[in-house]
Amino acid sequence: MLNQSLQQQGDALRAKTISSVELTQLYLDRIATHNPVLNAYVTVEGHKSLAQARAADAMLANGSAQALTGIPIAQKDIFCAQGWRTTCGSKMLDNFISPYDAHVITQFNAAGAVNLGKTNMDEFAMGSSNETSYFGPVRNPWNIKAVPGGSSGGAASAVAARLCAAATGTDTGGSIRQPAALCGITGIKPTYGTVSRYGMIAFASSLDQAGPMARSAEDCALMLNVMTGHDPRDSTSLVRDKEDYTRELNKPLAGLRIGLPREFFAEGLSQDVGQCVQAAVAEYQKLGATVVEISLPNAKLAVPVYYVLAPAEASSNLSRFDGVRYGYRAPDYTDLTDMYEKTRAQGFGEEVKRRIMIGTYVLSHGYYDAYYLQAQKIRRLIAQDFVEAFKKCDVIMGPTSPSTAFNLGEKGDDPVQMYLSDIYTIAVNLAGLPGMSIPCGTGANGMPVGLQIIGDYFKEAQMLGVAHQYQLATGWHSRAPTL
Amino acid sequence: MSLTTQDVQKIARLARLSMNESEIEAARSQLSGIFELIAEMQAVDTTGIEPMSHAQELSQRLREDTVSEPDQRAAFQAIAPQVEDGLYLVPQVIE
Repeated sequence: MLNQSLQQQGDALRAKTISSVELTQLYLDRIATHNPVLNAYVTVEGHKSLAQARAADAMLANGSAQALTGIPIAQKDIFCAQGWRTTCGSKMLDNFISPYDAHVITQFNAAGAVNLGKTNMDEFAMGSSNETSYFGPVRNPWNIKAVPGGSSGGAASAVAARLCAAATGTDTGGSIRQPAALCGITGIKPTYGTVSRYGMIAFASSLDQAGPMARSAEDCALMLNVMTGHDPRDSTSLVRDKEDYTRELNKPLAGLRIGLPREFFAEGLSQDVGQCVQAAVAEYQKLGATVVEISLPNAKLAVPVYYVLAPAEASSNLSRFDGVRYGYRAPDYTDLTDMYEKTRAQGFGEEVKRRIMIGTYVLSHGYYDAYYLQAQKIRRLIAQDFVEAFKKCDVIMGPTSPSTAFNLGEKGDDPVQMYLSDIYTIAVNLAGLPGMSIPCGTGANGMPVGLQIIGDYFKEAQMLGVAHQYQLATGWHSRAPTL
Repeated sequence: MSLTTQDVQKIARLARLSMNESEIEAARSQLSGIFELIAEMQAVDTTGIEPMSHAQELSQRLREDTVSEPDQRAAFQAIAPQVEDGLYLVPQVIE
């Protein structure tokens, strides 16, 4: 049952061969056994999940069930869920019980899905290894000495370890795709504006986008069907007709043009990852696709541009955490300014403080033009590179991450080394394009390798089809770690 | 680019982050490394390029100026660090 697809689990629920309460309990038991080591979940409240499961069983009994009714889904702890502790991986929100639901949570509730718990993450989604969480690092189920990636590391670890049927994640610079790659699962960040950001705790608002993390492209398509749609409460939510993201899953690949950016196969890519990605591309050629070399000349600037724009937006977004209306407040202070400064110094971790300081600096008087405005101009150059590239190809492929999962503590105290983990994913966020990662092999250390698939705006259904056809032909996505 | 101790103190003050001397020094060295990475941008000629603030060219949507939120004051006050009579309490700012 744990290895069955969402479609199969849904069929079993609708056929009454298993109830949602039984399925939910199965996962809760598994979480109780394995979470003490993996630390993938920050909050598990079985009684709440089981209450939702009972409601789902009632929907299944009266025939009003939908595709995901009764299926236990893990929610990244960045999504506010009414009555649930919602921490964003931070001491600042350790005591925060959300008074309302994020749009994504509302959508899953309406679909009758079960909230299985809140997954661990890098603090305020700032990190690529899940080591910045106030609640301790998440372990990679393929090797518990290794990181799961980040920031959606808890979600990736939980999906890979079968501690949930599927999970939600968010991706500002690679936070769905990189952990999906490092844990050997499938994840997609849709086009910016496709999933509402309402109730999703903000990091860098012009880049943040939610998406599914699951065991296959087919499962991701079913998840996206629930997560997407216009929401007037997010001013950047796009007004578009509802899509069925499963519609191109069975489309043959003959004639598909795959663009390989030469910059993604240059210096910095470890050899074992490069070989797996090339083998995956060869498999696609066997399936009827053709390959064309493309260039993204400004992609190398994505990391510096991102580390101006994302911290700038974060420094503004995180100014709301001041110890007045919610969250942590320092116990001792002399006056109002002292209360702000101590609350923020004690409530935020090192990486978050670092990024707030970068953002504060680049937005400050005298530096705005040199940093912020220059970064926004190069952002346009990066986006234009993709526009040019998509004149020659239908999808772009390359590595998701330059290496397989590294060990906990390996990147040490040098933030720049950590930032370079996202060299292939960040440009996609800057352009607002959809991007996904699917497992495509194992590296020299036996750890999973991810193939990144980048599509043109609103081409998620096509990308999911491209991924699904590969997953029909190969078995990388169905491998599971031995716990 | 190398930041001075005074630069970091000023940033910390603007960001409302209390930091002691050793924290300032650690931040100075790490932020200097990050700004070296960021400095790669400066060599790019961006003359005539329009800044891109957003992935989608959107105009701000407007809505009717009507009440759309229910009254949740009690729920919001329940999660605040310090409240009294429906007000949020902060240290006194006016004598």
